[in-house]
Amino acid sequence: MPLDKAAIPGSHNIVRQTYPNGMTVLVKENFSSPSVVIDGLVRAGAADDPIGKEGISALTSHMVMRGTERRTFAQIYEEIEAVGATVDVSSGINVTSFGAKSLAEDLPLVIDILADVLQHPTFPDAEVEKERGEVLTNLQERANNTRRMAGLTFRELLYPVDHSYRRSVQGYTETVAAITCQELFNYYRSAYGANGLIVSIVGAVKADEALRIWEDQFGAWVGAQVVRGLPPSAPRLTERREKRVNIPGKSQSDLILGVIGPNRLAPDYLDARMANSILGVFGLYGRLGARVREKGGMAYYSYSQLEGGLGPGAWQAVAGVDPANVDKAIPLIQAEIKRMIESKVTARELKDNQSYMIGSMPIGLETNDGVAGILLDMELYGLGLDYLINYPDRINAITAASVQAASQKYLDAENFALAVAGPVGG
Amino acid sequence: MPKTTTRRSTPKRPKVLVPKGNGILKTVLPNGLTVVLKENHNAPVATFWVWYRVGSGRERTGITGISHWVEHMLFKGTQKFPGRTADQVVSREGGQWNGFTWLDFTTYFETLPAEKIDLALELEADRMVNAPFRPRDVSSERTVIISEKQGGENNPRHLLGEEVQAVAFRAHGYGHETIGHLCDLQTMTREDLYTHYRTYYTPNNAVAVAVGAFQAQEILKKIEKSFGKIKRGPAISANTTVEPEQRGERRVTVEGPGTTSYVELVYHSPAAKDPDFPAMVALDAILAGASSLSIFGGGTTNASSRLYKALVETELATDVGGSCIPTMDPYLYGLTATVRQGYTPQVVEAAFDQEIDRIMNEPVQAAELAKALKQARASFAYGSESVTNQGFWYGWSEVFADYKWFETYLDRLTAVTVADVQRVAQKYLRRSNRVVGYYLPQ
Repeated sequence: MPLDKAAIPGSHNIVRQTYPNGMTVLVKENFSSPSVVIDGLVRAGAADDPIGKEGISALTSHMVMRGTERRTFAQIYEEIEAVGATVDVSSGINVTSFGAKSLAEDLPLVIDILADVLQHPTFPDAEVEKERGEVLTNLQERANNTRRMAGLTFRELLYPVDHSYRRSVQGYTETVAAITCQELFNYYRSAYGANGLIVSIVGAVKADEALRIWEDQFGAWVGAQVVRGLPPSAPRLTERREKRVNIPGKSQSDLILGVIGPNRLAPDYLDARMANSILGVFGLYGRLGARVREKGGMAYYSYSQLEGGLGPGAWQAVAGVDPANVDKAIPLIQAEIKRMIESKVTARELKDNQSYMIGSMPIGLETNDGVAGILLDMELYGLGLDYLINYPDRINAITAASVQAASQKYLDAENFALAVAGPVGG
Repeated sequence: MPKTTTRRSTPKRPKVLVPKGNGILKTVLPNGLTVVLKENHNAPVATFWVWYRVGSGRERTGITGISHWVEHMLFKGTQKFPGRTADQVVSREGGQWNGFTWLDFTTYFETLPAEKIDLALELEADRMVNAPFRPRDVSSERTVIISEKQGGENNPRHLLGEEVQAVAFRAHGYGHETIGHLCDLQTMTREDLYTHYRTYYTPNNAVAVAVGAFQAQEILKKIEKSFGKIKRGPAISANTTVEPEQRGERRVTVEGPGTTSYVELVYHSPAAKDPDFPAMVALDAILAGASSLSIFGGGTTNASSRLYKALVETELATDVGGSCIPTMDPYLYGLTATVRQGYTPQVVEAAFDQEIDRIMNEPVQAAELAKALKQARASFAYGSESVTNQGFWYGWSEVFADYKWFETYLDRLTAVTVADVQRVAQKYLRRSNRVVGYYLPQ
């Protein structure tokens, strides 16, 4: 069935505006429900956390919501929650994301709050200590969480010692405990600015109205002027690197097995995504689901995931298994990876997955959140405003050979990082 | 293969009730299947749900977890859609499908591009009667479900919740987790599962819901064609178990791995149809923040709620939350908190008590009530963006009341007064009506 191109977000119905301060705003009107979603980013990420200050970007992103020149923490949340809106800021590895959701009538308020927290945070001492306490308790919970510990350990195995992707975005108990208010403020001043800011606004608001409100609040903002390049690449592993973290008393172990995957800008990204879909997504977790969950009856979840992103993200298989079955599940996962590398996927699999990747688009675009997220990606990765219009053709151009080439380039059934967290020894 | 329960004669056209104004069409087919349809042309998608009026609340000791396990078995294929074929055909069309089991229901849905929604009808009508429950599938799914249970047990909050729930109910089936007891999961037989399936998976015990970009009359005809030939099953008796009134506070401690403590308080609370329920929703919003009306989460934060200010702002806890969930029979109003490093559960409980006493003894502010209403209005609007979310709510509310429960949700909340909130606080938040649970790391 051909896509109804007029209904898909594209250059014909997305308004895109750039500003002298370096920010880009994208707006897509949608009057089918009375709400509006904002999805944006500034170029401050945990990859730039100084050694010994891991967690500073994440802590800063939480702290900007805890007091500004015009509002206390309590005032910020009272205003947001009184209208049933949400506003949030949180740091990832390469960028700090911000977002909001509200009824259309409250859009000026949430943009005012976003402007306030991103441009005028004050980092009050007492609030820093409250936030620090919450983060430290959270890190304490992490140490006892099999899934999170497997993830943390996996990255330590996958990336070289000096690579920023190796380190935790949330930081570590000792680094978070030692970050001072002044350091947070300095970090904020060095990293938050309008240059490179991207925001998408989607919902029941006229595009010119949304642009006007945004420009009023952000047009004069300069802030940090840093222009960041892409994160450094990471080498392919040449050995099997494995670590088991003992968390006694748990009923289930989590395991992550993976390699460095392509970044979102790589020419073969979509081929790798197709391979990933066949390996561990399509239907109930793809081939991995069929082998480990369905046939082996060994796991509730067993899937694969391709991070993409600006830098060398991971391409990983994830499974939650009975501690006694960990060593039975690993060779099954290896066998499926090997099959991706050694054999072409069948014509049927390719066709099914092409159909899935194209067909699932309307559901992804049903909500304002879905559209706002895709608009942001289009801009961040330079995909172009007609990315979605051209997407079916791009997907249909993928061949079994290009899927195998991407699998061979990135996947490895022998040399990989493998982290297991749970009761060691079953 | 199971005996087929289909017949050839075409059912008589049922009387269709079309309430004015809300665009909802509700009818009951001659075989007893309730059908609720709502057109929504905002996006070219549609969702189809089938709800069975059976969940873990009806399970007896020995077969706890059976409703959920049966749900898993309905994803193991039929003669028409063998193995993972159904999975593949739904995915191939770009669709989503899944199943959920909880206290009062077992439900299945597909969300698809609107022009493909017939596929959902075909799949659901087929597996209402034709799931084979092959012994080898029962066997492999047994370990998958035990693995699912183990995953839950890794979480201390889950361990605490399970225990608190068990202590709160000594008669009603709401007292055990939906996943079931390990011993039952290890010993239940294929015959147990199949009997449950044949008993409860009948049109007269089900609700079909469709929301999306279709013509309601057209999809009704298709539903009649797919489901109309399925034979009515024996009537299901109502659940007659009534939980005896709790006479005095109950306390429970769970010890387990980790370094963090958690506190959970639960109060026996009214069923969804009880006139007190809307006031409980308002009370929850004021105490712990508004609940989201979206199954995809994304509710508002709760930093301006009373309990956040009393527990988190004061640095005794790192988070606090409330849960007020609509159910068929009276269930539990729950409050949970994560104890901050350096504090004890006792200190957190005392802070909870201070706020609970306050809401029992003093009227809330009108502004707090207005905020709860605005939050619900916003949440309602967010939830209406997704047909899947709407299908979920229309179906769920049919299970515990009827779809109008959801349609009139905001109206009933608007009618709640300051006095109502205080009255339900005094009625339900008594200490003698609650269970207090601590998770203590060892």
